[in-house]
Amino acid sequence: MIEVCNLTKRYAGYAAVEGLSFTVGRGEIVGLLGPNGAGKTTTMRILSCFLPASSGTARVAGFDVFTHTDDVRRRIGYMPENNPLYGDMRVREYLKFRARIKGLNFSRCSQRVDRVIEQCGLTDVKGRIISHLSKGYRQRVGLADALVHEPELVILDEPTIGLDPSQIRSVRQLIKDLGRECTVLISTHILPEVEMTCNRVLILREGKILADDTPENLRRAMSKGDQTVAEIAAPRRDLQMCWDQMPEIDHYDISASDGDYLRCALTAVDGQDLRSAVFDLANHYGWKLRELSRTRHSLEDVYIRLTRPETEEDSL
Amino acid sequence: MAAYLTLTRRELSAFFLALRGYTVIAMAAFLMGLSFVSLVSKLQGEPTPMPITEIFYNTNYFWFIILFSAPVITMRLFALEKYSGTFETLMTTPISDAQVVLAKFTAALFFYSVLWLPLLACVLILRYVSQDPTLIDPGTLGSTFLGIFLLGALYMSMGCFASALTSSQIVAAMVSFSLGIGLFILGFIVDQFPMRKTWSSDTLSYMSMHVHMSDFARGVIDTRYIVFYLSLTVFFLFLTYRVVESRRWK
Repeated sequence: MIEVCNLTKRYAGYAAVEGLSFTVGRGEIVGLLGPNGAGKTTTMRILSCFLPASSGTARVAGFDVFTHTDDVRRRIGYMPENNPLYGDMRVREYLKFRARIKGLNFSRCSQRVDRVIEQCGLTDVKGRIISHLSKGYRQRVGLADALVHEPELVILDEPTIGLDPSQIRSVRQLIKDLGRECTVLISTHILPEVEMTCNRVLILREGKILADDTPENLRRAMSKGDQTVAEIAAPRRDLQMCWDQMPEIDHYDISASDGDYLRCALTAVDGQDLRSAVFDLANHYGWKLRELSRTRHSLEDVYIRLTRPETEEDSL
Repeated sequence: MAAYLTLTRRELSAFFLALRGYTVIAMAAFLMGLSFVSLVSKLQGEPTPMPITEIFYNTNYFWFIILFSAPVITMRLFALEKYSGTFETLMTTPISDAQVVLAKFTAALFFYSVLWLPLLACVLILRYVSQDPTLIDPGTLGSTFLGIFLLGALYMSMGCFASALTSSQIVAAMVSFSLGIGLFILGFIVDQFPMRKTWSSDTLSYMSMHVHMSDFARGVIDTRYIVFYLSLTVFFLFLTYRVVESRRWK
């Protein structure tokens, strides 16, 4: 659906996007993830034909975004950051205006507008003036606008920014539902959002792609550093001996906890799960075990590790 | 075509949905009222061979209306969209840059024409009161309105251009006001500084809008004037189009 090849966008003096290449298949929900200024918005603006690229090519549904802008624009629904709307219009009137401008004919237009009003939960406010609506409703109007012409590709720039938790949940559900009908590209810097909605993640930093995989795979790649934490009441020397003898343990760290308990942080070779082995051991020696847990790396750790600026990494 | 009409309608409704549109109409109606008062007082004096429309034109309020209303009408067109970000949503729909420019220009020109309707009312009132059907010659009235329309087209296109340049409405208004005043004053330079007849003074006198408009008000339709206004309008619309398109060159 999207083919991006060596895309570069330079603004006076610096490159917002540099040598970006990726493809997105039909029906995928892809999340663009990255810190502020990573080039997410620029990429989306190029894909939606608002800005041209300095070099490289981008195709949407087989059409070049620079030479066949009309064909591309007909096929995408784009919601920019901050979701700009005409505040002086009424919801239904605005959506009708947008549908007409996107080339829907008269009868199709009302039909589609009614459909998206229902789909985005705008039935109660369809006669209200947009500037009087709450942020959540305005966001939904923006979404409805992006969907009104049945696009093949929906591009949403930070769709859940500034919403309250229940609104975020409903917008996410809407995005998930969209995935059944069309391809979705969303940008965000909220990680749980990507984990919940997307089936692929592209992590960007300074205009370059750092990772391109499913959220699960990214997490798995990090799992090498998983730790098992156990709090056991036992003599320190006995514990040290046990851990040294276990071949699965790469290295460990024992620190004092309150009372007789010692806190052991065990790092396994190949990210194995050590919990049952530790439990068996404590059981065997009759030690008291009061905590046994495994820290799992979240996508957040992947993200933080990948997007940390190089200078900071060096100094660590 | 359908997209163009839809956008024109939306732009027009934006004029009438906001207070600004009515303020401009009220100001223009007020100035036309002042003209009407001085027109009536002049008619009570000595008889004159001048047509009504020319007397009206010579009351001097005419240029106030054009010079001040044009920036206020047009400053919103592109600048507000750029400022609020709706320009991005607009330009990512399958509508062409030319359609956007034309739709905004058409809406502004239509609104400008509505602005001048009170003048028609003034003329009709005069006719009704004087009970003299020969007082107003439809031809002269038509040519006056043609002049007003052509002048408006030029000023609206300059306003579109100014508005497309910036995302600040104030800057847009100032640029369009300076352009408007500049072009207006150009024709006076020749009168104010009598110099030897050279090609440059000739050229400047051709551009005297004051002369053009008083001819139109007298009922003279000179094709040179029509060509002058239409070509300048097209020129400024072309510039606007290039400015809108320029985001693709950066």
